[in-house]
Amino acid sequence: MNKSVAVTGMGIISAIGNNTAANYNSLISGKHGISTPEVLKTIYKHLPVGEIKISNESIAKKLNLPENHSYTRAALLGALAVKEAIFQANLKLDGDTGFISGTSVGGMDATETYFKDFSEGKTDNNRFIRAQHPGFTTEKIAEYFEVNGFVSTISTACSSGANAIMLGARMIKTGKLKRVIVGGTDCLTKFTLNGFNSLMILSNEQCKPFDENRKGLNLGEGAAYLVLEAEEEINGKPVLGRISGYGNANDAFHQTASSENGEGAFLAMQKALKTAGIPVEKINYINAHGTATKNNDKAESAALERIFSNKLPDFSSTKAFTGHTLAASGALEAVYSLLAIQNEQVFPNLNFSNPMLNPGFIPVTNLKEKPIDYVLSNSFGFGGNCTSLIFSKNGI
Amino acid sequence: MGYKIYINGIGSISAQEEDLFSRGSATIYRENIFPAISPNYKEFIKPMALRRMSKAIKMGVTSAKIALKEAKVEVPGAIITGTGEGCKQDTEKFLENLLDLDEKLLTPTSFIQSTHNTIGGQIALNLGCKNYNVTYTQNSVSLETALLDAQMQFNENPEIGSILAGGVDEISEKITSFQKLDGQLKLNPIKNLDLLREDSTGTITSEGAHFFVLSKEKKENTYAEFQSVSIKNVIKPETIINEIENFLAKNNLNSTAIDAVILGKNGDNRYDYFYKNLQRKLLKNKPQLAYKHLVGDFDTASGYAVFVAAKILKTSKIPAILKLNNVDCKIPKHILIYNQYLGRDHSLMLLSAV
Amino acid sequence: MTNLHTELKESIIEQLNLEDMEPADISNDEPLFGDGLGLDSIDALELIVLLEKDYGIKLTDPAQGKEIFVSINQMAQFIEENRTK
Repeated sequence: MNKSVAVTGMGIISAIGNNTAANYNSLISGKHGISTPEVLKTIYKHLPVGEIKISNESIAKKLNLPENHSYTRAALLGALAVKEAIFQANLKLDGDTGFISGTSVGGMDATETYFKDFSEGKTDNNRFIRAQHPGFTTEKIAEYFEVNGFVSTISTACSSGANAIMLGARMIKTGKLKRVIVGGTDCLTKFTLNGFNSLMILSNEQCKPFDENRKGLNLGEGAAYLVLEAEEEINGKPVLGRISGYGNANDAFHQTASSENGEGAFLAMQKALKTAGIPVEKINYINAHGTATKNNDKAESAALERIFSNKLPDFSSTKAFTGHTLAASGALEAVYSLLAIQNEQVFPNLNFSNPMLNPGFIPVTNLKEKPIDYVLSNSFGFGGNCTSLIFSKNGI
Repeated sequence: MGYKIYINGIGSISAQEEDLFSRGSATIYRENIFPAISPNYKEFIKPMALRRMSKAIKMGVTSAKIALKEAKVEVPGAIITGTGEGCKQDTEKFLENLLDLDEKLLTPTSFIQSTHNTIGGQIALNLGCKNYNVTYTQNSVSLETALLDAQMQFNENPEIGSILAGGVDEISEKITSFQKLDGQLKLNPIKNLDLLREDSTGTITSEGAHFFVLSKEKKENTYAEFQSVSIKNVIKPETIINEIENFLAKNNLNSTAIDAVILGKNGDNRYDYFYKNLQRKLLKNKPQLAYKHLVGDFDTASGYAVFVAAKILKTSKIPAILKLNNVDCKIPKHILIYNQYLGRDHSLMLLSAV
Repeated sequence: MTNLHTELKESIIEQLNLEDMEPADISNDEPLFGDGLGLDSIDALELIVLLEKDYGIKLTDPAQGKEIFVSINQMAQFIEENRTK
C-alpha cells in the first residue's frame, strides 16, 4: 500500500492572486501583495496588510448568492478556493466526501460588524448571530457544494489549515473517507488586526522573514483547499503531488511565544519525517512558517538547526508575499509547496538583506530552479500548536 | 478492527452536581441561560495562572485534571479538545473594548485568551504535555470530532496508551444572550426540568466541560468501552433510522442489541421530529433517556451524555430523572447516544459495558 | 513611599488581576518579573498600555519595557521623568 495520500485538486485566493495560476505568476515574478487596508474598515489605515481587493458583494455575485445570504467573508473566500479545487479534481461529491476546514476567527467579521446591533436587541441581521462559531463558516461552504457527510472545523490558531490537511490525509489513509476537501480560510478583521497590534508584533513596514532587522508580521487574508483522494478513486486523474508526512506537537512553553530552542517545532518536524519515513537529506525545500516576528523566526531557526544541523536545505518564507493569513497560511503554503514540486522551483523569501546573528541562516532570495522531490512546510500557532507537513512528487 | 478503547477517567463540570447519580434530585433553574456549578478551581490551578483564566479555561483545565487523576495518567499521549464557540468571554471582552475604545489602547490578554485553542493549549502547558494537540470547533459535533480523532490516534500510533479528549463551552453575557434574537433560545423563561414538556421553539442553554481519559488498557475502575462515533452534517429526517441501522451494523450490532438510547432532545419543537421518529419506531421498546433538561443545550453538552452513559454502564443504574419512558433495563450493555442541533451536525456514539 | 508608588501598585493589581494581593504585599525594590512577583511577557504588554493610558508615555518597542518594569521604584522613577499627564 502506498503510504502517501494523493492530491488531485487545489484552489487558492490570496493577496497575490484569485486562483492558482495567478498566485504562481506572482511567486515567480516576485510580486508581493502587501498594501494598506481598503476593504477592511479600520483606524489603522497605514498598517501594511495582505488584503484581497475584492468586496464581499462582488464575491457573492460571482458565487450567485442571494442578496440576504449569510456567508461571512471567510466563507466567501473559502467557497471561491474550494470551487477551483473541486473543478480541477473533477471531484465526485457524495456521502463519502468530507470537508475539513481550518479557521482561527471564522465569522468574526460579521460578529464585529453586528455586535452593537445585537447588543441593542436589533434582529435585522440575526442570520449572522451564529457566525461567532467557526463551524458556521465551514458549514456555509459545505452547504454551497452540498457536502453533507463528514464536515468539521479545526481551530488551532495559525496551524489550523495545516492540521486540517493532516486530519484529511489521516482519514483517507485509515479508510474513513474516500475523498476529502481540506484547507483553511481566514479574512482580515478588526479583531485580529487589533489583537496582533496589542501584542506589538505587527510591522509598520513590509515584513522581513528571517532578517536580523525584522520588525514583526503583516496580517493577511486568504483561503486555500486541496482535494485528497484514496488510491482507488483516482482512476487515471492527474495527481498533483502527495502528502507523505505530517507531525503535530505542542510547545507547552507559553501561551503565545515559542520556546527559545523551538521544541514544539522540532518535535513536529521530527514526527513528520518519521511518518514520511525519509531521512532529513531527502528534503529539497522548506517552506518555513517565517512570520517575521522576532520570536517565531528565532525559534524556528533554532528548531531547523536542531533537525538539519549543517545540512539545511533551501528554505524560504512566502509570508512577505501574502502576509500572515493565520489559519489559512498552512493551506496557502501547501499549494505553494505543491507548485514548487510541479514546477521545480524554489520561491524567494522577499525583503531579506541581513542574516540573523544566530544562527545566520540565509533563505533563498531569488527564484531558484532545481528538481524537488520533497518539501517540508511548517505552521506554528498560539497555544503552542505546531504542525509540519511533507509534500512529495507523485511517483517517487 | 482496531484496539478496544476504554473510558478510565472522567471530569464533568456542568449545571448539575456530580452526585446526581447518588442523590437522584436535580438542581433547578428558572432562567433560560444558567451557569455551571464551579468547583474550587484553586485546588487545581496555581493562582498566577488562574488570574487570567475565563471560566471555559478554568473548567477545561480542572475537568481535564480530574479525569487524568482518576485514570492515574500524568501525561496523556494526545490532548484533543472540542469547543463550539471557544473562549466567548474573552472574545466578548476584547471585542467590546475594541468597539468602545475605537481600536485604541487595547491590551492583549483577552485577545490571547480568545483563540479557540486556548483551552487545549493551557491544558498542555499545565501538564507540560508536548504531544499531539488539536482543537475542533464544529458546533454540536466539536466533542464528537475530538473523540473520532482520538480513536484514530490509537490505531495509527501503537505507542500511545492514553488520550485526553473532551469538550468545553462557556456562556458569556452578551454573545450567549444574542441567541434569544435568532430563535435559538426560548423567549419566556421556563423551569429547566419542564424543558422536555415544552411545545415551543428554541431551547435553554448553559455551559460545562467534560474531559475523558481514553485508554487501551482496561482497569478495575474502567467505566465503559468507547466503541464508536459517527458524524454527519446533514441527515434527511426520513433517513435517520437508516443511518442508525448502518452505524450499528458497522459495529456488528443491530437495534435489538441496544439497551438504552440517550437523546439530545432540547425542547425545540422545530427539530424534535428527528428524535420522535426514533422514539416511535426503531427504539420504541427501549429505555429512552434525555439530559438537556438538566444541563441545558450547548455545543459540547453531549459530553454530559457520554458521562451519563459511562456511569450507567458502570453502575447499572439509570436515574429516574433521565427517563423519557417507562421501559426498564436491568443490566445495560450497549448505549446509543444521538444528538443534533438545529437539524445539522448529527452525531451517533456507542458505548458498551466492560 | 510616594503616592505614585501606591497608585502604581493598585493599578498593577487591578490590571493584572492579582486577585489576592494588597499594595502592601509588593515591596518597592522587589523584581516584578521572574523570581519576584512572577509577572511574564503578557503582563509587560499590559503595563505598556498602562503607561500610555495613565501617564501618556508611549513605548514603541516592547523590549524597552524590560528596563523599566524592573521594580516599582524603577517604574516610578521612569514615570516621574517622562510623564505627559
